[in-house]
Amino acid sequence: MSGVTDPWTLFVIAGLAGITVLARCFFFILDRPWTLPGWAHRALYYAPVAALAGVVVPEIVMSNGHFVASWQDPRIFGAVVGAAIYFWRRSVLATMIAGMAVYLPLHLGLGW
Amino acid sequence: MFFLREIHRHPEFRNGMRATASVAPGIAAWGLMTGVAMVKSGMSVLEAVAMTLLVYAGSSQLAAIPLIVAGAPFWVIWATGFCVNLRFVVFSLHLRNYLMHLPRWRRLVNGFLTADLSYALFTGRYSEPAQDAPGRLAQESYLAGNYFLTWVAWNGASLLGIALANWIPGAWGLGFAGVLCLVGVLCSLANTRLRLLAAAIAGSAAVAAYALPLKLNIVVAIAIAVLACFWLEGRRPPPREKLA
Repeated sequence: MSGVTDPWTLFVIAGLAGITVLARCFFFILDRPWTLPGWAHRALYYAPVAALAGVVVPEIVMSNGHFVASWQDPRIFGAVVGAAIYFWRRSVLATMIAGMAVYLPLHLGLGW
Repeated sequence: MFFLREIHRHPEFRNGMRATASVAPGIAAWGLMTGVAMVKSGMSVLEAVAMTLLVYAGSSQLAAIPLIVAGAPFWVIWATGFCVNLRFVVFSLHLRNYLMHLPRWRRLVNGFLTADLSYALFTGRYSEPAQDAPGRLAQESYLAGNYFLTWVAWNGASLLGIALANWIPGAWGLGFAGVLCLVGVLCSLANTRLRLLAAAIAGSAAVAAYALPLKLNIVVAIAIAVLACFWLEGRRPPPREKLA
């Protein structure tokens, strides 16, 4: 995968670009006004947070397809500190900086 | 539509850029790390550049990276990207009132370029859509000023990050910065009790169902979390949660 351009990946990227346009323009693509059914409107409140959690949590606690049993994993410490900083400073940037400030010394310094 | 003369010569275009200037450094820093994270996660430079310029949506880009690297089928990646982007669907219902007088291609360009912060700044400045032509032009110019500077900050920094990533050893693990950005976005979205619960259920389900082929654990996680929250909504006393 590393460094080699794959036509399939470019196809996926082009589709994601279409997804961006579809989501950002959703209700003004068509000329006439329309609405979503009630259940779909309610799903809008939960699906984004569920999708992000579904992607992010395995990236933090799984390794090569297995649950990380050891507590000596720099990702867990970085993510927990990052989340705590978010609720203190309300900034995604602060979350990223603080999380990396925890992750990098554990990963590079202690070799976890 | 910053390339139209009537827009970028309008005084509101400058005002829009000025309003964005205070948040532009944060956008640039996030763009920089997204650029680094894309390349350090194994994407080629061409793929990373195409993703930055075409997809132009930080969280769905970052969410797509592990799925692309794992070789997930295209529809799982697109469905996940769409779910992550659903907040824009809510925004588009609101922005419709401001944009419907424009021809479709102009609505689509404005919509594609309007990300979270531009939407927030624009609707903060103009709480009501304009009723006459000069007012509409002023509003479109302000919005264009917002997203023009956002676009420059995000793409400039991302391209710089992609260039720098080639000089950074993979062993440093800087791809993790992308995961941390998503942790921050996740925390910002989990702003009601039911949404927090949705995140917890989806996270657990994605781990429990990890062995499923084709990265279907993400799809299963979204479905279980949304259905569980529907069910709990029905069992709760009248909601005091805010809905947006």
